[in-house]
Amino acid sequence: MNSVLVFALAGVGLILLGLYALLVQRHLLRKVLAFNVISSGIFLILAGLARRAPGAEPDPVPQAMVLTGIVVAVAATALALAMIQALRTATGRTRLDDDGED
Amino acid sequence: MPMLLSGADWAVALVFVPLLAALACFLVPRAANWLGLLAATLILLAALGLVGGLLSEGPLRVAVGGWGAPLGIDLWADGLSAILLLMTALVGFGVSLYALAYFAGHPRQQRWFWPLWLLLWTALNGLYLAADLFNLYVMLEVLGLSAAALTALSGSATALHAAMRYLLVSLLGSAAYLLGVALLYHGAGTVDIALLGERLEAGAVAYSALLVMATGLLLKTALFPFHFWLPPAHGSAPAPVSALLSALVIKASFYLLLRLWLELFSGLAGPLPALFPELLGLFGVAAVLWGSVQALRQRRLKRLIAYSTVAQIGYLFLAFPLAGAPSNADSMMANGAWQAVLYLALAHGLAKAAMFLSAGSLLRFAGHDRIADLDRAVQRLPLTLTAFVLGGVSIMGLPPSGGFIGKWLLLEAAFSQGRWGLALVVLVGGVLAAGYVFKVVGYAFTPTEIAQEGAAVPLGMQWSALLLAFGAILLGFAAPWLWPLLEVGAAP
Repeated sequence: MNSVLVFALAGVGLILLGLYALLVQRHLLRKVLAFNVISSGIFLILAGLARRAPGAEPDPVPQAMVLTGIVVAVAATALALAMIQALRTATGRTRLDDDGED
Repeated sequence: MPMLLSGADWAVALVFVPLLAALACFLVPRAANWLGLLAATLILLAALGLVGGLLSEGPLRVAVGGWGAPLGIDLWADGLSAILLLMTALVGFGVSLYALAYFAGHPRQQRWFWPLWLLLWTALNGLYLAADLFNLYVMLEVLGLSAAALTALSGSATALHAAMRYLLVSLLGSAAYLLGVALLYHGAGTVDIALLGERLEAGAVAYSALLVMATGLLLKTALFPFHFWLPPAHGSAPAPVSALLSALVIKASFYLLLRLWLELFSGLAGPLPALFPELLGLFGVAAVLWGSVQALRQRRLKRLIAYSTVAQIGYLFLAFPLAGAPSNADSMMANGAWQAVLYLALAHGLAKAAMFLSAGSLLRFAGHDRIADLDRAVQRLPLTLTAFVLGGVSIMGLPPSGGFIGKWLLLEAAFSQGRWGLALVVLVGGVLAAGYVFKVVGYAFTPTEIAQEGAAVPLGMQWSALLLAFGAILLGFAAPWLWPLLEVGAAP
């Protein structure tokens, strides 16, 4: 089992775990954490699978992409947390109600 | 025709003007109104300049900063992206005019609207001009974040719920897209679209990338059955924000899916590239029927218009099974089904923005948006109702509007291929659309039992909605000017 396969399986595993949590967990903070787990899985796949030729130097371009992705995920998490805070101030709850209007 | 600046300069301006204006509006909130309007005017001029540059020079590719691909960021414009940029500029200009008057009494919302809207515009322009997949991911994320923040602008509990759901869906969609980018880079060693188009071969990598990216982008485009987040988000945002979301933001992820399909995936060997358009067409049929029926059931005006968006998005996807296998790359844009898609997207952008803006005017007038209680709105807000009806004419597909041309092209493609089912869906969708548009108009003509006092609606709000609606109608006459632009860059 070479390292590429380990990274790929770990990444897919993280994505599936995060996806399950995102769909099933009701608390918004857990949903945001689940999104971060999914992102980590994707970054693992992006950086772990990147080799121009087997045994050669690792490719730096995907590592740069992962850095950008991490920054984007930080900004997205910040916005999500601010929105959870505002939602809690407005309604006192941190769960998404089912849309029961009309 | 002599140009002051080349097409490449206009392309760079299209990305940097809204970005700098957003930062300026954030730093100097008191001048936000004028900075925003100035930026909107400059962006409209830049879009026109880009169109002129494309017509005279052909498709252009700009290496920003002088560093080229694959490590630098390239901007790339052809006819398809130019037309969508022009639509974004026109709708954006109209909505900016509307927003000047709409937020006049709400300083807090006005302060945050302009930076967020200009960042949204940056993301839209950058997305239409991006030449590689990773830059597209960044633009897609900026688009989703600013759109979700704008949805929450009013601060009400309903809006925050809708914005939170929208944000989570948007993040999931971009994450799925990024996974596809990772798979494609692993398979082909590049993220540049042009290079990928040459190198990509059918196989597990390409197919899984297609599935994952398509799922993410369909989530963001709100195609049935991924549409659940759209009615709350578009229905509870402030009116100018709803117009931007329905008219512009949805089109960006659709454009991305279309571009990926045309450039990368449609020419692959194997069963999936033949099955995939049929699946999209099936979802499109469900979207048209479900969205139209739900729109008929709504009691609130903005929710009705939001469900209408769900239905209209379905029409765009009906073109996928009708386009057939590309015989050669040159004639893709000459294909009637893709022309229909472009026309429908443009017409919907203008018409839906007009409808949402007029709904906002009605909301300002009456203090509520219950359809059954629109007390003689026709007599008291004639401009606004005219804008709503003209937008509705395009949505229904009646001549002489842009929506009519789009549906005509779609029907033509369906009849010539013997796809009677799809043609029937297009016609039934038009009938249902007439149902919900005239439902609103009917209530707007009749008085309620207790007469209601109305608040004044600024003329800026009424006229900007009306101008956008006129644009949707004039689009029906503009075909001779659009086709030459569409041909630019269609040949490799």
